[in-house]
Amino acid sequence: MPWSSRRSSSRQTKHAAPAVISCLAVLFAFVLAVSGFADEKRLTVYSGATSYSLSVREKNGIDYVGLLEILQPLGAASARTDGRTWRLNYNGSDSEFTPGQTRARVQGQTFDLPAMFLMENGRGLVPASSLPSLLQRFLRVPINFHEASRRLFIGNAAIHFTAQVNKTNPPTLVMNFTSPVNPMIATEPGKLRMVFTREPLVPPGSQTLTFDSPAIPSATFQENNGAAEIAVSGPVPLFASFSNEGRTITITPAPQATAHVPAPAAQPAVPAPAGSPAPQVSPGAVTAAVASTAVQYFVVVDASHGGDERGAALSDQLAEKDVTLAFALRLRQQLQARGLTTLMLREGDTTMSLDQRANMTNAAQPAIYVCLHAASQGSGVRLYTALLPAGAEGRGPFLDWNTAQSGFHAASQTAETSVAAELGKRQIAVRSLLAPLRPLNNITTAAMAIEVAPPAGKLAELNSPTYQQLVAESVTAGIEAVRDQLGAKP
Amino acid sequence: MIPRHLMIGIAAMLAVALGMSFYALRMRGRVTQTEIPAEYAHPVSAPVQGPTEQVTLYVAYDDPGVLRAQSASIPLPAGRQERAQELLRALLALYLDKSSSHPLGPGAEVRDVYLVDPGLAVIDLNDAFADGHRSGVLVEELTMASLVQTLATGIPGINRVKILVGGRERETLAGHADLSAVYDVAAVSQMVAELQ
Repeated sequence: MPWSSRRSSSRQTKHAAPAVISCLAVLFAFVLAVSGFADEKRLTVYSGATSYSLSVREKNGIDYVGLLEILQPLGAASARTDGRTWRLNYNGSDSEFTPGQTRARVQGQTFDLPAMFLMENGRGLVPASSLPSLLQRFLRVPINFHEASRRLFIGNAAIHFTAQVNKTNPPTLVMNFTSPVNPMIATEPGKLRMVFTREPLVPPGSQTLTFDSPAIPSATFQENNGAAEIAVSGPVPLFASFSNEGRTITITPAPQATAHVPAPAAQPAVPAPAGSPAPQVSPGAVTAAVASTAVQYFVVVDASHGGDERGAALSDQLAEKDVTLAFALRLRQQLQARGLTTLMLREGDTTMSLDQRANMTNAAQPAIYVCLHAASQGSGVRLYTALLPAGAEGRGPFLDWNTAQSGFHAASQTAETSVAAELGKRQIAVRSLLAPLRPLNNITTAAMAIEVAPPAGKLAELNSPTYQQLVAESVTAGIEAVRDQLGAKP
Repeated sequence: MIPRHLMIGIAAMLAVALGMSFYALRMRGRVTQTEIPAEYAHPVSAPVQGPTEQVTLYVAYDDPGVLRAQSASIPLPAGRQERAQELLRALLALYLDKSSSHPLGPGAEVRDVYLVDPGLAVIDLNDAFADGHRSGVLVEELTMASLVQTLATGIPGINRVKILVGGRERETLAGHADLSAVYDVAAVSQMVAELQ
């Protein structure tokens, strides 16, 4: 090797070393930060009007919390340091605390803290264990503190729940809450977890609830780090659906089916949109541990809208969400009669977000996704594939969430053409269009939307079984005709 | 002593004054109770000054579910941004007309259009536009395509369009057409070709 080259290489190594060390340092700091965040102790306060979470500082083995931070959301609170004394004004009344001392004056009376009052960067910290008696002085209402799990209930803030298994086929676990709830849901093999961070959910009589059902044998209630968790066990993956404006959660086993097509090839990962991590879904949702099952679905049928979201008001009595569900059930029957395994994203009147629909479909990895809509304007059937920006493509192993469909658009159009031909054969007016219609653009398989309008503009016939049957037969025949092409993934 | 005819005159004038006061009070109350119709509830833009120009508006027709290019002669100001606003207001005037081919809800309005370099236009619709819009894939698609294509054709250099409602991002127009993404004008043109 020439000398100049060697020298250059040595210089590069010299320059590279600090860079590598810097990178490692940044990585180390990041890991520390993340692990610190994950382990951060939290205290959650529930009052009738609000609920909020605070970080907990551990000093000399004792948990401390900022007193001003606790009181501010509950009333007019301010604090100032006056020499060595920390003065707190709450709703016009002064209290005094001295760092390093346990004795304080609260609302004009002496109060003894179980451990020293501390000051940290101007924040006045009190032991968490003092909160029930201390807050009672300020707020004059009963305080209930679950100290081990750091959950503090002010006044009569509480949400109770009941759980009961209905022995239908399949069995369902119905959980009724006294107020709307908004848990984060995570699924894992054999378990569905619901974590309640904002709701003052109180434990039932027993921490473990057992049900006389092999499909849903038990559920457990736990409190930890400022949150409550209900974990439902089951030998098969479980769905959770919300209704009654968030007051009812219904848990059902995922439908079981046998695969009729070879398993699709591995697909590129699609990062879920910000705020909606893939394994967890926010409320108003239906979720399934589809990815963990061995079941492979050929078709995912999505009855659009549902629950609080009614869709178009097709007439005074007819909502779009009801027509799409009726049509979806009919379509599933047709598809399964032809041996095409079908997963329906909703089978009842449940609210689902567009991101949840896309996440569930992508997790199920079907050969085709069919989304159903209904309209009162026009006549016949309109088929839509995703409107995507020109030149949309993913980066490396990840696909852009908004243009995830781009690699599958050709397959979507193949299916659309086939379905259009079958509708035409049955004398049903059909149009094929592009549409800016979510979640089509987020789907990582062939995807199409079907908007069913009344035949010859006769609105009354939109919900007629004969018409829906004819359209469902056409769609099924169209999908079946390109079954082999759809089964072979790009 | 006051003459008799003077007393009668003063009494008559007092009676007239009292009667008129009572009438004026009643009229005032009636004016206060009169509600302003929704179509007049929003501020009226100042009339546009400038020479009339020939422009192309992409007008939606619900009956066959199509979009048609239509020439119109409207006064346009010199500024690019003001021109963009006037173009969309001319389009909306068609939709708010009684004999509209694609009726919008009462009070529908384009609040503003912002042109952000390079090539991004932001259309800010008012809440009444979205809240009063009919729900359906095709009917919403026609509205979006009409707005985007009219703007992109009338104002050269626009290649992306973002639509806000009441100054905020909204998931869909009326339950279907996606408003969360930025519209690519080339892709919309392809969609418009299918709708014609």
